[in-house]
Amino acid sequence: MGKIFFYAALALVLVSGLILAPEEAKLAIHPMDQFQVSALFGGDISWYTPTNVTAWMAAAVAAVFALLVLGSSRRAIVPGRAQSVAELAYGFIYKMVEDVAGKDGVKFFPYIMTLFMFIVMANFLGLIPGSFTTTSHIAVTAVLAALVFVTVTVVGFVKNGVGFLGLFWVSSAPLALRPILAIIELISYFVRPVSHSIRLAGNVMAGHAVLKVFAGFAAALGMFSFLPIFAITAVYALEVLVAFIQAYVFTILTCVYLKDALHPSH
Amino acid sequence: MEGDIAQLGQFVGAGLAAIGSGAAAIGVGHVAGNFLAGALRNPSAAAGQTATLFIGIAFAEALGIFSFLVALLLMFAV
Amino acid sequence: MASNTQEAAHGGGSAMPQLDFSTFGNQIFWLVVALVVIYLILSRVALPRIAAVLAERQGTITNDLAAAEDLKAKAVEAENAYNKALADARAEAQRIAAETRAEIQAGLDEAIAKADEQIAAKAAESEKAIAEIKAGALESVKAVANDTAEALVAALGGSADKDAIAKAVAERTKG
Repeated sequence: MGKIFFYAALALVLVSGLILAPEEAKLAIHPMDQFQVSALFGGDISWYTPTNVTAWMAAAVAAVFALLVLGSSRRAIVPGRAQSVAELAYGFIYKMVEDVAGKDGVKFFPYIMTLFMFIVMANFLGLIPGSFTTTSHIAVTAVLAALVFVTVTVVGFVKNGVGFLGLFWVSSAPLALRPILAIIELISYFVRPVSHSIRLAGNVMAGHAVLKVFAGFAAALGMFSFLPIFAITAVYALEVLVAFIQAYVFTILTCVYLKDALHPSH
Repeated sequence: MEGDIAQLGQFVGAGLAAIGSGAAAIGVGHVAGNFLAGALRNPSAAAGQTATLFIGIAFAEALGIFSFLVALLLMFAV
Repeated sequence: MASNTQEAAHGGGSAMPQLDFSTFGNQIFWLVVALVVIYLILSRVALPRIAAVLAERQGTITNDLAAAEDLKAKAVEAENAYNKALADARAEAQRIAAETRAEIQAGLDEAIAKADEQIAAKAAESEKAIAEIKAGALESVKAVANDTAEALVAALGGSADKDAIAKAVAERTKG
């Protein structure tokens, strides 16, 4: 039965491709158009204008609220589905913070949970066809990474005072090498927020652009459009994975940086 | 057809930068492959090291993303 | 893409929306708003609640385990009591059975003794009767032998005195 439907659908796709084929198949690919920021109610974009960024960030906030607040509102001892997911997310991040950043990193748990939930929700919402992905914008991820960078630096100096600079002074290396290593460490420290932010934005942007490129192929290929459509399906599955993994990576790197701030000994 | 040389340079540069993505893929493959090899030798220790695996993959991949970014900048922003 | 680039080149604006700095302020503003809202939601409501639920579950599990341990101990106790009762009942039953058996044995012995006695009495009586009968019979046999002997002697033409015949008969029938 399933096979029959499959072949029927395939035949339908092929035939419709023949009939609906564009008169002059042209390769019109605009992979970057999906990232356009536009005002919701027209007009110029100033800093407070409600834009599609606003809308999708609100959707992310609503999703976090729905999962973590509404999902756990029954406070059941034997959890339902939503509550299980909420508890799973809680346990996952809590354990990550405890394992990577250490026991005294736990007081930053709400902060890290905020970052994770926002990124993961924004990533997943961005996978809805036609949606806008807030995390694909370097402005957004740069602010997220800068928040982490500033927090980590401030925490490092408040906790350890000048001792935090020991992070750059590799005491296990030969004395002659230490200044050179210190320079390298310092550079790598300041590159952190750059790579931290560009990794997330770049991954998300690249995946979405690839989807758009394949969609452009599908529009141009007429009856063979099923090939890129299959490819889109596969890439979409990969993107679902990437959406989660990038949120995970962002969070765990935050924890690693936090560990450096709390225990800067090399 | 004026300004074509500049465009040629952009596109060639973007293509060259895209090689970096392949290099990053090699790096990620190395990380994942070595993790798997180690994990098969000592499966009991593997579970505790998945975080390290992902951190390694993230660092390897970040550089590929940089080259992707360079390609994009050449294509669209220069 | 070429057209994109051309557009970008001519239109002045970037074809890559990520590099359109005019929207940065907007994005950053709304991002900060979103993060603050999420942080408040999480730290005020969601996380304490989930932590409470998890702690409660942990407590419930611990309590349940303790209760289960308790119940198990009780079950073991009950089993011991049951076994003890069973053993007691078995011993009692054995005692009663032995008693009954002894009683029955005693009765039986008595009855057997009585029966033996009766049988012995009967046997003695019968023996006496038999002896009497036997004696009577011997007496008769002797008389008949005497008579027969006398008749034989007479028939053979002799005469014999009774005492001699009786003596001879007694001699012959002896043994």
